[in-house]
Amino acid sequence: MPSRIGVYVCHCGTNIAGRVDSEGVARFAAGLKNVAVARDYKFMCSDPGQDMIIKDIREMGLTRVVVASCSPRLHEKTFQKACQRGGLNPFLFQMTCIREHCSWVVADPVEATAKAKTLVAGAVSRVNEHEELYSRVEAVHPDVLVVGGGIAGIQAALDIARSGHKVHLVERGPSIGGHMTQFDKTFPTLDCAACISTPKMVAVAQEPNINLMTMSEAVEVKGYVGNYTARIRTRPRYINEDRCTGCGLCMEKCPKSVPSEFEEGLAKRKAVHRNSPQSVPNTPVIDPASCIYLVKGKCGACKQNCPSEAIDFEQQESFLDVQVGTIVLATGFDILDPTALTQYGFGRYPEVYTGLQFERLNNAVGPTGGKILMKNGQAPESVAIIHCVGSRDKNQHEYCSRVCCMYALKYDHLIKDKIGHQARVFNFYIDMRCFGKGYEEFYRRVQEEGVTFIRGRPSEVTDQTLSAEEDGKLIVVAEDTLLGRPVRVSVDMVVLCTAMQARRDASEVARIFGISQGQDGFFLEEHPKLGPVSTATDGIFLAGTCQGPKDIPDAVAHASGGAGQALSLAARGEVSISPTVSWINPDICVGCKMCVDLCAYSAIEFDERRKVCVINEAMCKGCGSCAGHCPSGAAQVRHFNEKQIFAELEGLSQNVPLVRQPAGVDHL
Amino acid sequence: MQELIATLETQSDPLPGAAFEPAIVAFVCNWCTYTAADLAGTSRMVQSPNVRLVRMMCTGMVDPKYIIKALLGGADAVLVSGCHPGDCHYINGNYKARRRVKLLMEILPRFGIDSRRIKLTWVGASEGNEFAATVNRFAAEIKELGPIDTRRLPLL
Ligand SMILES: Cc1cc2nc3c(=O)[nH]c(=O)nc-3n(C[C@H](O)[C@H](O)[C@H](O)COP(=O)(O)OP(=O)(O)OC[C@H]3O[C@@H](n4cnc5c(N)ncnc54)[C@H](O)[C@@H]3O)c2cc1C
Ligand code: SF4
Ligand code: SF4
Ligand code: FES
Repeated sequence: MPSRIGVYVCHCGTNIAGRVDSEGVARFAAGLKNVAVARDYKFMCSDPGQDMIIKDIREMGLTRVVVASCSPRLHEKTFQKACQRGGLNPFLFQMTCIREHCSWVVADPVEATAKAKTLVAGAVSRVNEHEELYSRVEAVHPDVLVVGGGIAGIQAALDIARSGHKVHLVERGPSIGGHMTQFDKTFPTLDCAACISTPKMVAVAQEPNINLMTMSEAVEVKGYVGNYTARIRTRPRYINEDRCTGCGLCMEKCPKSVPSEFEEGLAKRKAVHRNSPQSVPNTPVIDPASCIYLVKGKCGACKQNCPSEAIDFEQQESFLDVQVGTIVLATGFDILDPTALTQYGFGRYPEVYTGLQFERLNNAVGPTGGKILMKNGQAPESVAIIHCVGSRDKNQHEYCSRVCCMYALKYDHLIKDKIGHQARVFNFYIDMRCFGKGYEEFYRRVQEEGVTFIRGRPSEVTDQTLSAEEDGKLIVVAEDTLLGRPVRVSVDMVVLCTAMQARRDASEVARIFGISQGQDGFFLEEHPKLGPVSTATDGIFLAGTCQGPKDIPDAVAHASGGAGQALSLAARGEVSISPTVSWINPDICVGCKMCVDLCAYSAIEFDERRKVCVINEAMCKGCGSCAGHCPSGAAQVRHFNEKQIFAELEGLSQNVPLVRQPAGVDHL
Repeated sequence: MQELIATLETQSDPLPGAAFEPAIVAFVCNWCTYTAADLAGTSRMVQSPNVRLVRMMCTGMVDPKYIIKALLGGADAVLVSGCHPGDCHYINGNYKARRRVKLLMEILPRFGIDSRRIKLTWVGASEGNEFAATVNRFAAEIKELGPIDTRRLPLL
């Protein structure tokens, strides 16, 4: 029985109809084979638009539906559901995009209309070959994996755990807390960072639903939404967490000192060390690269002095497989290393600092006990703060890091507050971006404190002085673009507001979890506006700065969003899984086994008895690697099979003459 | 404009003597290049109208038969485009596509089809600008190359 197709062409207000003659396209479609009805409408996705489809299915007995509108990535599900409500299997539907791929990108209305017709003809021809398919319903494992224990990961883990679901929180470092634990105060309220983060960190440690795994990373992830298995590798801490009381005697006795990463190189730490007394867990960690015992086999000062017999040099790397239904990634950011921007002299002049280093100079448990001091122990009389180092810069990162203006203002205030009003502070900025709640007010307050703002990106920081006054100082050379004249400002200290950037191993992590990165290196969300926490991979969500630069309030809000999405799947307990997977027709398969090794998911097995290959539909992802290669054509992806693709091509090519002109060429 | 459209509708055959406008079929993967095409659209990046996208889930499912079918069906050229190496949503479907397309490009000239009529590119989900540039570049190349002579193809 020939199919009865309904074709619906959308105007999308004027988004489509402004360039494409939607009415004309519908008239053209009405003339195509098997088309029972073709209509055009202002907004197909609106309720009346959908009702139109439903009514036609019921009253005209449509057996297939085609909608020509926006990208199927936006509304395919909407229309599939409408078909379903009308009583039609949702896979007997085809959508073609005449907005993003046509009206918005073809300049000439005639050409745009012609292209839309071609696309509709392809879709109509294809839909004839569609088959009914039924989604599988799979259980969702109630547990959730959260990767990264910065403020975002902490928030996500707490949100989920408090709903009663179990969370595995995996943190690579020895303690949770992330970058926030390095700060002293936070803008714009100047809350003490530890005062607001420590209670949350402790809450994680005390939450019975959270299984906290520090020194750990996910090394392999298998499965699909609802049923993920993650292999977690835990590096040895060399101290037994259950025995350690956190007294810190080992760190006192350890004879070996090396530069501290947590102190951004401004202070030393022991081979056995801990970020801060507030660390969670508060067990120290022995660094195998610097520990004398682990390198040379002798010392053991910590072991001799530990009152709790917690030191354990025999600890080995261990692996654990965790089963979860959903995953939240909260791996955070790195800051750009400004050494490569040689004009700013970082690494060459001792009084040039990064933002994170300056945070440590302000921190009460930092290298200077919270006093802003130069390496010579004196307080600086003048400080230059350079904004946008590596941000908004075509040669580094084009994007704005979104926090630097604000933390620069925080530094302005801290300098005035700690050193005294006589301290001179110069901000070199491009634009001040104070967009958040209370941010503009904070900017105003700092301006009133007598800070100088110079608009212009400095070309250089140098110690080449031109006058006696400049001697012994660092000179920031810039152009004041508001006054249009060059300036030289001599200061004692320079702080570089370096860009936030994607983690250096972001591509590796993206590969492990099967998600993508944007052009800027950060993890790619499903949709920039409407799907900022989900990813293209079902059941994997993002939280915090791993998705892009954010301040703490935004990172926390984003994390709660990610947690909420993971929870809605976990709470429902089941998920419907697309039936568009592959199938090998046993009557055609010659048993060549070509497909077996091609399948990246090991979903294909050879059935020895029948001498054919068989696909395990629960493992198949529907990538079609097997179908694209199967020499006998036995392997086919459902909804993307050979008949359907051929039909689409036929539909497209029958209309080729609409755009191509030469005479005397035969078209099939 | 309405008039122009009306003319077009009554025109069952192409305007005689107009310049050659190639027809190009593009098999693009849902996760990267199709998404990039959406982004190019959202960003209103004007493109040559000659390319029609066929949405595939992955370039790995593009059977060489589909490419041949498109060429026999009157397409002057075929673009296959997916995720960058290492970024394929299905781990490595794009490597398989690369192998197949390479092979096809070696074989087709023996049947009188210029291998320049097939192009394989990687355009990631965030590269709307790259997608538009690829389309425009390829369309220009094929315009230069001229129409495919399908009468010589029954050999296949
Ligand atoms: C100098 C500076 C000053 C700032 N000052 C302020 C301020 O005053 N106020 C404000 O609101 N914001 C401020 N910010 C922004 C703030 O730092 C961020 O918003 C916040 O830290 C983001 O938290 P996060 O959890 O997303 O990332 P992070 O803090 O980076 O945490 C990520 C965590 O994940 C872990 N991790 C990474 N990769 C893996 C992996 N593969 N497996 C397991 N674990 C992993 C890391 O070890 C880390 O613990 C400042 C930023 C900078 C650079
Ligand atoms: S001395 Fe022992 S108990 Fe004390 S912090 Fe070190 S390992 Fe823990
Ligand atoms: S489509 Fe084929 S190759 Fe791809 S996952 Fe399924 S069985 Fe494996
Ligand atoms: S999913 Fe894009 S090439 Fe495989």
